[in-house]
Amino acid sequence: MSVRNGLVALLAEQPMHGYQLRQEFERRTGGTWPLNIGQVYTTVHRLVRDGLVEPVPQGGTGSTDDASEDDAPFERFRLTDAGRAAATSWWATPVERGAPARDELAIKLALAVTSPGVDVRGVIQRQRTETLRSLRDFTRLKVTPDHRRAALAGGGQAGDVGPVDTPVADARADLAWSLVLDSLIFGAEAEIRWLDHVEARLARASHEAATLGSAAVPAVPPTDAAPPGRLGVPGAASASGADR
Amino acid sequence: MTTLGPVLLRLAQVTRTHGHGELTVHALRSVDLEVRVGELVAVMGPSGSGKSTLLNIAGGLDSPTSGTVSLADAQLSGLDLKARARLRRRSVGYVFQDFNLIPALTAAENVSLPRELDGVSTRPARVEALAALADVGIAELADRFPDELSGGQQQRVAIARALVGPRRLVLADEPTGALDSVTGEDVMRVLRARVDAGAAGLLVTHEARFAAWADRTVFLRDGVVVDSTGPRPDVEALLTLDPA
Repeated sequence: MSVRNGLVALLAEQPMHGYQLRQEFERRTGGTWPLNIGQVYTTVHRLVRDGLVEPVPQGGTGSTDDASEDDAPFERFRLTDAGRAAATSWWATPVERGAPARDELAIKLALAVTSPGVDVRGVIQRQRTETLRSLRDFTRLKVTPDHRRAALAGGGQAGDVGPVDTPVADARADLAWSLVLDSLIFGAEAEIRWLDHVEARLARASHEAATLGSAAVPAVPPTDAAPPGRLGVPGAASASGADR
Repeated sequence: MTTLGPVLLRLAQVTRTHGHGELTVHALRSVDLEVRVGELVAVMGPSGSGKSTLLNIAGGLDSPTSGTVSLADAQLSGLDLKARARLRRRSVGYVFQDFNLIPALTAAENVSLPRELDGVSTRPARVEALAALADVGIAELADRFPDELSGGQQQRVAIARALVGPRRLVLADEPTGALDSVTGEDVMRVLRARVDAGAAGLLVTHEARFAAWADRTVFLRDGVVVDSTGPRPDVEALLTLDPA
């Protein structure tokens, strides 16, 4: 969905062919979500099917001369009226957060705290290490924008210059990239905070269980319907939903 | 990857206990840690996990109950008090949360003071201090007093003081604790740059976003290293990383 909407938004700027779309998408998001060209064409053809996008007639509207005058002219695409309406409405509509995306970590920890014999602390610690590692890597990228630019310039398609390659556009793309990085950094930070929270809740829960009498701890009913509050643990499980 | 230099700080099987018998508290247990030139290592962990003890032992302010601490190839435990103090003073600098600058001295005088204590005469000490201030980007503030500097500027002075002259190891205890997040990031950027320029750093923090500036993070819990993120990859590897 995000790729589909992203491509529509890019086509709202000007007609483009598939490679251009891919390159613009990656350039503007700092290459954070690489697209393969097959994915771009599949998405574009679905957009054509749905009436949001149409091929630009050969020799038709748009800029007349292009790098694609040679033997294999790439088919270029543009938005239909419906497509332009879709682009406008995308900007006007908030991204839906109502139904939480399936989050493997939240599911994993919810199951870990309710499964007997799982070393939850270990699960948390390993995750914290992994998340901190990616936080460090994002931070590292933030420190070295020059490296990035050089690497991206070197790794781009030869001769396939983006349609809006001016210093101002570059500065804009850098800003966009740094904002994408910030989003990843904040996300990782939030995850680490949540892990700390889960750990603290579990520590308190096991402390309470211990003071209630050690007999209560091993007596976990083997059924799937563990009574809530028995170990204070289901509270931690539901916290995963509440805190996200 | 940035090639790392020789080991500047090495803790081998360091244990620190307080008290005796039943009241024994293990502040640190069998901690192994190496910090190389060009490396910034973060220490994270809940309060009471031994972070500060680790930092104090690394800087020779506290001695391990067992195990060894080596600083720039000299084993601290093999030295008498006076020699240890001299080694500590000449090779280690501290950065604290609350800056700890002497209010009656200018920035340059604060930075040159440790060199004068080393026995360097005033004029060359000032030259070194000015160079250190230039390294942290505030050469023009050399003659200001601490109360004429912002928090971020004061912390830069503290970093300059920690790394003035031959000092290569900076021990930082929550250096961003008293700063807002943007200023904190600036300070981390300076610390990172100084380390990249040939120093080594050990950073205690409880904020993941600041630990993310380090090359690796060591987690302490109840005086034990429970985990450590690996060494950092180089930036180009991150760029070609396929997140899927």
